Amino acid sequence: MQQIPFLIMRRMRTPLIVLICAYAIAVLGFVLIPGQDDQGQPWRMSFFHAFYFVSYMGSTIGFGEIPYPFTGGQRLWTLVTIYTTVIAWLYAIGTLISLMQTPLFRSAVTRNSFVRRVKKIREPFYLVCGYGDTGHALVSALAELDKQCVVVDLSSDRLDELELEELPKYMPALQGDASESDVLLDAGLASAFCHGVIAITRDDQVNLKIAIASKLLNKDVRVFCWAESHDTGANMASFGTEHIIYPYDTFANYLSNAISLPSNYLLHQWLTAPRGTLLTEPVFPPRGNWILCGYGRFGKAVYQKLIEQGLSVTVIAEDHSECQPPANSVEGRGTEESTLNEANIRDAVGIIAGTDHDVNNLSIILTAKVLNPGIFTIGRQEYATNNLVFSAANLDIVTNHSKLISSEVLALINTPLTNDFLLMSRHQSDDWSRDIVARLLGCVDDENPSAWVITIRPKRTSAISQAMENGQEVQVNHIIRSPNHRKKKLPCVPLLLARAGEKILLPDPATVLQPYDRILFAGNPEAKRSTDAIGTSPDLLHYMLTGENRARGEVWNWFAKSMKSKS
Amino acid sequence: MHSEKILFAFFILLALTLNFGFFVGDMSNPNHHNVFELFAAVVVSLIATIMKFGDKSHVGTMLLASSLVADLQLIAACIVWAVAVHGFSQPLSEHALASIVSLSGGALLANIVSVLLLALETTIHRR
Repeated sequence: MQQIPFLIMRRMRTPLIVLICAYAIAVLGFVLIPGQDDQGQPWRMSFFHAFYFVSYMGSTIGFGEIPYPFTGGQRLWTLVTIYTTVIAWLYAIGTLISLMQTPLFRSAVTRNSFVRRVKKIREPFYLVCGYGDTGHALVSALAELDKQCVVVDLSSDRLDELELEELPKYMPALQGDASESDVLLDAGLASAFCHGVIAITRDDQVNLKIAIASKLLNKDVRVFCWAESHDTGANMASFGTEHIIYPYDTFANYLSNAISLPSNYLLHQWLTAPRGTLLTEPVFPPRGNWILCGYGRFGKAVYQKLIEQGLSVTVIAEDHSECQPPANSVEGRGTEESTLNEANIRDAVGIIAGTDHDVNNLSIILTAKVLNPGIFTIGRQEYATNNLVFSAANLDIVTNHSKLISSEVLALINTPLTNDFLLMSRHQSDDWSRDIVARLLGCVDDENPSAWVITIRPKRTSAISQAMENGQEVQVNHIIRSPNHRKKKLPCVPLLLARAGEKILLPDPATVLQPYDRILFAGNPEAKRSTDAIGTSPDLLHYMLTGENRARGEVWNWFAKSMKSKS
Repeated sequence: MHSEKILFAFFILLALTLNFGFFVGDMSNPNHHNVFELFAAVVVSLIATIMKFGDKSHVGTMLLASSLVADLQLIAACIVWAVAVHGFSQPLSEHALASIVSLSGGALLANIVSVLLLALETTIHRR
């Protein structure tokens, strides 16, 4: 907003005019009133002396009466002018200060500085709308990956939290309504550096508005949207929103995955976890009778998936007339023994506490464990503030919206190929996934394996592109070997090779690379450094291809050549 | 009738007339140039400038600019006067007076532009 200087000038008009008038009258008075010089001769002050005297008198510095002691008339006028000029000054300064304290002015100033900061960003950034639990998890994970974000949220309290957060990068934040397009524009939507808009507010309509505005105002931007209902999601998809995330469906899919393809589920967790998290242990949900508490949108999505898996599910839900659960469901909250007994808790193999109330869910799990100690427990957690109690409750699986969505978005942003790989892997048998899990386990120590992509492009992998131009054959095999000893394999697994129109799962090590291939790796983060180095260093690549250390520098080159010609 | 407009037109015109009153006369004759008139011209010109503060219309900004030019010229004239008389502790020389009057002549031109702009604005917005 360029309004601020105009606002100040407009409001300062009257005080400034008052000040000038007070000074003018005071100066004029001193020039007109006759005085005496040191010889007692009549003397008149010049404008210069009068202005000098009024200047220091008005600012209450007071150097005394100069150049000659004043007469009674002059002193009388001095008395009058002292008060008028001081009052005029107080009025002017008071107006200026009160102007700076008005909320309008302050919000204009903070918005201005925010806009300036956003304009200064000279790297790709993501515009995150909504800084709730999900936004928080996402922004910290992106900061960890050294990616820039700009945050917009309605509540200034949550943005204060962001400020207190010690993130490795500074993230500009604006308090405002993201459904207003000028807020989005101020947050850099139209910038060439804006790579994506992530709409994860709790309100579907707001997310929808953000998606529309983003698509209209910047065609190149990728839009990630959270949609609670399929209706909104279909609407978003209709104008080309790239990634629509349904939190409930996503979890229901995970869960059905966890039951039918436990190894694939583990693979998913590993590849989408934030960097540096401890190795996730595999879980194996049993098959048999399940109990599902809560039959809202979450419950319905989960029920559907469990039934598809061929499991038998007993639903416990409150207010049957409203949510209309399947026949032979039990009415109640599930937090009491009686309802759980009615649902045959002792014969059940697992229970899912899926109400939208964190405390109730915990209570359900604890009661169920008392009644059936061996039961498999899955709990739904809504708020990140309950992290401690949920981890203390020792559940088999905790479903946390914010974590789920943020890791999903993160995987899409960070390694889009990961998503492709996971989708394709779901069509494979679980033994296939188990094999990969075993190979990855051999690569890592106590942290989750990380995923990364190598793109064969002159800018990214100069050495490989150069070698290809020279007609050398570079295989996948050549970049997954240790730079120290090429007989040793790096602790990583090439998961997917993507080239024009074709995606190859688990590419054979002997696959010959082509320009613009993209390869997804998973494994130890240390291996990432080595693969990156091989891609860019011609000497390293030469060693990988031929097994000989290339001599560096003129002298050694000459030496090596002469040795070769002799032999 | 718009009291703000009347007041502003009054100050713009007054600034011009006072400026003109100081400017007319023999360039180097001190009797033709009254110091009180210069003082009044400076004060009125400053007030006219401040009255145009914060006006975002195109004519408004032009008026502000021409007013600022007049202020600058008149204040420069005052500074020349103060330096010539008090800085060197000498009576006002013909040379100094000539430059003071010519500076005020520049301000006069800026004030004329102001008045022309004002007249233009009133004709444009006549209903």
